[in-house]
Amino acid sequence: MATKRTIEVELSTSGLTRDGKPQRVPLVTGGDTGVALAEPPSLELDGEHMLINIGPQHPATHGVLRLVLELDGETVVRCIPHVGYLHCGFEKIGEYRQYNQIIPWTDREDYLNSIGNNVAFALGAERLFGIEITERCKVLRVIAMELSRIASHLVWLGTTCIDIGAFTPFLWSFQERENIYNLLEGWVGARLTTSATRVGGMAADIPDKWLEGLRGFVSTFPKTIYEVDRMLTKNAIWVGRTIGLGVMSPDEALNYGLSGPMLRASGVAYDVRKDFPYLDYETYDFDVPVGTNGDVYDRFLVRVEELRQSVRILEQCIKRLPDGPVNVDDPRVILPPKHKATSEMESMIHHFKNVMEGPRPPVGECYVAVESPKGEKGYYFVSDGTSKPARWRIRPPSFVNLSAIPKMVEGHLLSDVIAINASIDIVMGEIDR
Amino acid sequence: MGLTSIPHSASPENASSGPEIISIEPKGGDGWVTTRLDFLVNWGRSNSLWPMPFGTACCAIEFMATAASKFDLARFGMERMSFSPRQADVLICAGRVPFKLAPIIRRIWQQMPQPKWAISMGACASTGGMFDNYAVVQGIDTIIPVDVYVPGCPPRPEGLIYGIMMLQKKIMTERMSNKSIRDEMEPDPSSKLYIPASRIDEISEPFGNSVHQTRSAP
Amino acid sequence: MSKFEIVKPGSGNPKEPATPKNVPNRGGEANPSGIALKEQFSAAILRIDVVNGETNVLVETAKVLDIVRWLHDDATQSYEYLSDVTAVEHRDLSMPIEVVWHLRSIKYRRFLRIKTQLKKGTKLEVPSVWPVYKGADWLERECYDMFGITFAGHYDLRRILMWEQYKEGFPLRKDFPLRGRFSRSEQLRQALDANPEAKYSMEELSVADAFEELPLDMRARIASGEKTGE
Repeated sequence: MATKRTIEVELSTSGLTRDGKPQRVPLVTGGDTGVALAEPPSLELDGEHMLINIGPQHPATHGVLRLVLELDGETVVRCIPHVGYLHCGFEKIGEYRQYNQIIPWTDREDYLNSIGNNVAFALGAERLFGIEITERCKVLRVIAMELSRIASHLVWLGTTCIDIGAFTPFLWSFQERENIYNLLEGWVGARLTTSATRVGGMAADIPDKWLEGLRGFVSTFPKTIYEVDRMLTKNAIWVGRTIGLGVMSPDEALNYGLSGPMLRASGVAYDVRKDFPYLDYETYDFDVPVGTNGDVYDRFLVRVEELRQSVRILEQCIKRLPDGPVNVDDPRVILPPKHKATSEMESMIHHFKNVMEGPRPPVGECYVAVESPKGEKGYYFVSDGTSKPARWRIRPPSFVNLSAIPKMVEGHLLSDVIAINASIDIVMGEIDR
Repeated sequence: MGLTSIPHSASPENASSGPEIISIEPKGGDGWVTTRLDFLVNWGRSNSLWPMPFGTACCAIEFMATAASKFDLARFGMERMSFSPRQADVLICAGRVPFKLAPIIRRIWQQMPQPKWAISMGACASTGGMFDNYAVVQGIDTIIPVDVYVPGCPPRPEGLIYGIMMLQKKIMTERMSNKSIRDEMEPDPSSKLYIPASRIDEISEPFGNSVHQTRSAP
Repeated sequence: MSKFEIVKPGSGNPKEPATPKNVPNRGGEANPSGIALKEQFSAAILRIDVVNGETNVLVETAKVLDIVRWLHDDATQSYEYLSDVTAVEHRDLSMPIEVVWHLRSIKYRRFLRIKTQLKKGTKLEVPSVWPVYKGADWLERECYDMFGITFAGHYDLRRILMWEQYKEGFPLRKDFPLRGRFSRSEQLRQALDANPEAKYSMEELSVADAFEELPLDMRARIASGEKTGE
C-alpha cells in the first residue's frame, strides 16, 4: 500500500530557497520497502504491447548493452537484456599468458577501475604462489584501490547525471578524475591503463613528493563531494527521478547475487573489505554506508558516502605509509635490479628465467575477491604447475548486478529504465570480458 | 585554418603553392570576398564536425575526458555529440570491436549520410591490438573505410585531438571535382565484405611477438 | 519484512573474519560446513580438501542441487550468497571437466567451493542451482556458452556472450584454438551475416506487433514453441 512520505527537497539547486527555507513537497512512496513512487498505470488498458529495442549503440546504455523492452503504453512489462557485444575473450587469452603478462589485460577489463584490478589480480596470484607482500606494498596498494574507487565512482556520477539530465556534475567529476590521472601518471606513467602491480610487489615505488600530490587531492576533493551533494541530494528533480525506482529488497538483492553499492543500498551491510578483509583493511577505520530502501536514490547516497569513506582511508594511508622495500625479496617472482642483472651471473639467470619462462606457482587453486567499486570482484585461478594458469576466471560484479535488471525495471516507465540502468554502474568491458 | 586575408602581392612561397585562397575587398560600401568554393565548403565542414562517438571500451573513457572541461573538444567545433548516425559527420570508433559488434558498426556507418569520415581511436580499433584471439575484429578497416588511425592504448586526449586535426587537414584537401570520394563502398553481396577475403586474412595475420604467444603452456 | 537480519560488520559474528593469510598450499583447517556436509550427505560427498586455505568439496553431480539447497536453507550454514558458477577444463585432456560453485555465508563469514566432475565423452550436464539462487541465471548461461555444459532445470539456457548462430563451438574448451577455428575473413563474413533482427529470441518476437508480418517459417517455429533464434 502506498503511503505518503514527506521529503525535504530544495526546489532551487543553489541550496536555499528565496526565503531561506527548504520547501516541503509531498511525495507518494511505498511503505517500508519503498516500492513504486506512484501507482503504476493500470495494465487493463488492453493496449497492444509494443517491442522496442535500446542499444547496442545508445548513449544511455554506458557501452554496448542492448535491452529489448516490451511496453504497454509507457510501462515496461518485460525487459530482455542482451550482452556480449564486447566479448573479447579475456579468460581464453589468460590461459596463454604468464601471470605477470596477464596484468595488462586486467586493466582493460573493468577499465574504470584498472589499478584496482591490477591489485586484485596480484593478490590472487600471490595467494597462489604463497607470497606475503611487504608492509609498504600493502599500504601503496590500498592507496591504489581507493584512488581507483574514487575514479570509478566519479565516472558513474558523471554519466548517471547526464542520463538523468544534469550535465554539470559530469564536468566536475572529470576535473577530479584529471587530478587522479595526474597522480597515476606520476606513479606508473599511464593515465588509464596502469598495469601497476607485479606478482610480489608493484611495478614502481611512488616517486619523491608524490605523497604531497596525494595530500593535495585528499584535501581538495571533499569540496567536490560537498558540491555534488549540495547540488543533487535534495534537488527536487533528482529526487523525483530517482526515488522509488528499481527497488530490491534485501532478500532479493542477496538472492540475485548483487554486490557492492547495489547490495548495500538494499540494506545488507556486505562489504568484502570488512567481511573478508584483504590488505589489512580490518585495521583501517572506515564505515560502510548502508541504504534502507534499495532504490536508485539510495544507491546514489551510498556511492557518495563511499567517496567520503575512501578519502578517510586515503588520509590514514598517508599517515601510516612505512618506509622499506616495495617488492618482496624473492628471486622466484621478482626481477633483480637492472645493475645486478647486467653484472652478476646469478641475477642474470633469475632475470632470464623470470622473463622467458615466467614464475611457476605450485599446483592448486584459489579464489580471491576484493571490493571493487561495482561489487565483489573475484579472480579464480587454477594452476597446474606451469607458468600459465590452466584457468583464469573473472567474477564480474556488474555482470551479476545487471542480470537483475529485468526484475528491477518491471512496472516502471520507459524513462525510468535509463535511471535504473545507470544506477547499476555497469561497465561493459567487465560484463562481456 | 581561419579566414585570413592574404595580400594580393603574394610572396614566392604562396605563389608556388597555387593561387591565393581568399581575397577580401573591403573597398567601397559593400565588402566582398572571393575564394574557391572548395575552400569555403571544406573550411565549414572541417570546423563543424559532428562526431558520432561509437565508444565501446577504455578509449571511450579517454574520449569522454577529451570532451570534458580540461581538453574541451568544443574548441574544434565538435561539442555537438551526435548519438544518432543520421545526423553525424565523423564516426569515432573508440575501443575494441568484437565480431558480435561488427554488423552494428557496419550498419551505423551505412546509416551516416555523406559526407562522412571515420576515425579509428586506439590500438584495438585499428588493428585488434592485444586482443589477437577468436573474438575481436583485427582492425575496423576490414569493416568500414577509415580515414585517421590514432595509436595508443588508449590514446591520450592530446593524441585524439591531433588525430582530429589531421582529419581536418584531410578535409581541407578535398576537391568537389573528384566525384569518387563520395562514393559509398558497396560490399560484395554474397560475402558482405568490401575488401577481398584474402586481403583480410593478410592484414589480420599475427605479427611480431604475437605469433609466439599461442602456446598455452611451455 | 525481510527474513534476513542485517549483520553489521564487526558485530555479532561467531568467528573472526575468515581470510586465509600465510596458509600452506595444501592442508589446514577445513571449513566447518564441510564436516556438516559429510554428516548430512555422506555418500554424495566424494572428497573434502583444503587448498590455499579454501575448502573444496567434491560432490556427486546428481546431488548438487540438494546440497546447495541445504546449504542455503539450513540455519546453521546459511550460505545465502552465490559468488560464482564456472567450469574448469584442465590442459591434461584426459582429466574430467569440473564445474565449480563459489558460495559465501555472509552471516558466518564462510567461503565454500563446491565442485563436481563431468567425464568427457558423456553428456555434460549438471543440475541448475537457479531455483535456489536467482543470481545463477546468467552465470550458468555463460558457462553453457563458453564450455557447452548444460544446466538441467535452467529456464532459459541459450548463448549469452557469443551470438545465437555462432558456429565455431565453445571458446573456453581447450580444443578450441586461441584464434578460433575459421579464418579471419570467414569469421568476419559470418559475423556480418548474423542478421541483427534474427537475434531477437523467439519469445521476444512472439510479443511483437509484427507477428503477422513475420516470414511463415518463423511464425511456424514460434507456434511450435521453439525457444531461440536459429
